[in-house]
Amino acid sequence: MRGLSKTLAVLSAAGLLAVSACGNSDDGGGGGDSAASKDVTVFTWWADGGEKAGLDGMVSVFNTDCKDFKFVNSAVAGGAGSNAKQVLANDLQAGKPPSTFQAHAGAELKDYINAGQVDDVSQLYKDYGLDKAFPQNLIDNLTVDGKIYSIPANIHRANVVWANPAVLKKASIDGAKAPASVDAWIADMDKLKAAGVKAPLAISKGFAQEMLVEAVLLADLGADKFSGLWDGKTDWAGADVTAALEKYKKLLTYTNADREAIDWPDALQYVNKGQAGYTLMGDWVAAQQLADKVPDSAYTYWPAPGTSGTFQFLADSFTLPTNGADPDGAKCWLKTVGSAEGQKAFNTKKGSIPARSDAQPADYPKYQQGAMADWKSNKIVPSCAHGAACTLGQNNDILSALSQFSGSPDVAKLQTALGNAMKTS
Amino acid sequence: MHGRIRTWGPGALVLLPTVLLLGYFVYGLIAWSFNTSLTDRHTARKGPAHYVGFENYVNLFGEDRFLNSLKNLGVLTVAFIVGTLIFGLLWALLLEKGVTGEGVFRSIFLFPMAISMIASGVVWGWLLNPSQGDDARGLNRLFAILHLNFLENPWWTAGSRWTTMAAIALPAVWQMSGYIMALFLAGFRGIPPELREAARVDGASEFKLYRYVLFPQLSPIALSALIILGHISLKLFDLIYAITGPNQFRTEVPSIYMWNTLLRSDQAKAAAIAIVLLACVAVLVIPYLSWTARQEAKQ
Repeated sequence: MRGLSKTLAVLSAAGLLAVSACGNSDDGGGGGDSAASKDVTVFTWWADGGEKAGLDGMVSVFNTDCKDFKFVNSAVAGGAGSNAKQVLANDLQAGKPPSTFQAHAGAELKDYINAGQVDDVSQLYKDYGLDKAFPQNLIDNLTVDGKIYSIPANIHRANVVWANPAVLKKASIDGAKAPASVDAWIADMDKLKAAGVKAPLAISKGFAQEMLVEAVLLADLGADKFSGLWDGKTDWAGADVTAALEKYKKLLTYTNADREAIDWPDALQYVNKGQAGYTLMGDWVAAQQLADKVPDSAYTYWPAPGTSGTFQFLADSFTLPTNGADPDGAKCWLKTVGSAEGQKAFNTKKGSIPARSDAQPADYPKYQQGAMADWKSNKIVPSCAHGAACTLGQNNDILSALSQFSGSPDVAKLQTALGNAMKTS
Repeated sequence: MHGRIRTWGPGALVLLPTVLLLGYFVYGLIAWSFNTSLTDRHTARKGPAHYVGFENYVNLFGEDRFLNSLKNLGVLTVAFIVGTLIFGLLWALLLEKGVTGEGVFRSIFLFPMAISMIASGVVWGWLLNPSQGDDARGLNRLFAILHLNFLENPWWTAGSRWTTMAAIALPAVWQMSGYIMALFLAGFRGIPPELREAARVDGASEFKLYRYVLFPQLSPIALSALIILGHISLKLFDLIYAITGPNQFRTEVPSIYMWNTLLRSDQAKAAAIAIVLLACVAVLVIPYLSWTARQEAKQ
């Protein structure tokens, strides 16, 4: 009996030791090692496809520009950072930030700014000459209370409609020309329906619907009032907003029945296969079409009806976390991100355009050349769906309201919900 | 004194790691969550939070979105439990009557349980495609091929709360019915054959045999099944997330709403939702535990 109890005591003691050892190793890891060497941990959600290729391109520039430092990839897969943001929030909460992390430029950074998790990088803009290389319009969009908290690596355009000219031809519509307004677009869809296209506008769940609402609001309200929706200068309860939401409700009646069940590549396939005439989606579609080897003649694209002359942007950017392990390494990464070579290496592969206005269009594929010209000449407005105009929380509330609207369309309810969403943080 | 320690000491030592781990990681963290739910920690900002009493709970119960998620959960739980019990009992009855190749059928019914909810959720997301008519896909397509077009429906994407949540419960029923079947089958097998023989000798019909002899003996199993299913349903997250995505108002349940709230760093509100959810589970489990304890004490 005595022998047994001794064994048990030893066993349970060993158990306790194992437990405390776990605790210790957890505390010791993370921060310690990265401070010792010159590792630069870069946190992104670019884990595969064109995004990964773009990141690799940027890293090769970083390796030549910042020889003193070593790039450590800390990517978490998942579309638009859906998983990554959760992981990042945990790391930041635990006080173990990566050297630098990816975030949508603009309002989505507010969560991090308010929590005191990112530093002001305005000085780096001056040091690296970025205040002159980026369009003033973009810098205005990135500035929060006179400070800038991130450096954009790329620019995407949100207000683009992709059309199948062969389908439009059935209703004698010229696919190369955009309808002048949302009303004209709706009239074209009536023609398509009459010509036997059951669901002329292909759309998918979640943020795709948000992008369509934004495009309609942008067309109806104009660029200035539209921007005002996000910074509180335009009243969400206004009659013009009601009118725009009514048009959105009308537009939904032209869409596919399975819109809540599919993602944007599926919606794009409806257009490519000729089941639908149009889909509205950001310009990452161009890279997708190239990757899928869809010939140029099979699709056309133009700014969403009523929004030509306006570039609704979203951007991926990198930050300087507060109390990061190695700020010098992070700054060198940020320098690469903002540099002409870094932006070229990244964007030619990812299918986006550089934020710098001094880039050479000849280096880029056909779609991007047009987008770069627009980026220089158009008025720039932010996108809520992709974090340029809204925080994560606001976005979450808007998406919830839109999914409710998709099932039981009630314009008054949606309008109230959108207004309430923008009152939260 | 020394002798007493000898009797309970080793046992206590063996239990100690478990007690410490459970105490910290389960009960300690429940207390921590409850504490957070009483504060105004609505951002990721560090620093002291202020106690606001039950304000977060009051706000939650005044919020359409939360009430909607609670109602969704109630409907889901009813649909899921009823569906699973019916199918589980039906399969158990069929197997209990004795079929050739019972092992094969048992495995077929049990297999869905081996699949992770997130994987089956992705596949059911495709199967429950709401397109109908010529564009029909998934199950609707199957109905069309079988000339059962009247069965085609928009699944969870349109219609009332009942049809919506019943469509969501369908995959969960498919997944858990086999488990309930196994429970009931074990119950049937545990009934001594003498009882059946006695009933038959007394001239009981097959229906009366089940109604008055066999089913009453299964009631403890039915109760366990009810509790197990109930708490699975209350905690269901991955399946719904995989089928409908994170921000779907129609199918949102408190667990998903909690995740959404945490993603925006509203820790106090997320903790309050977690505590409400815990209370729902407790309402179900605690009476069961005390009932079992009383039963055991009687014996």
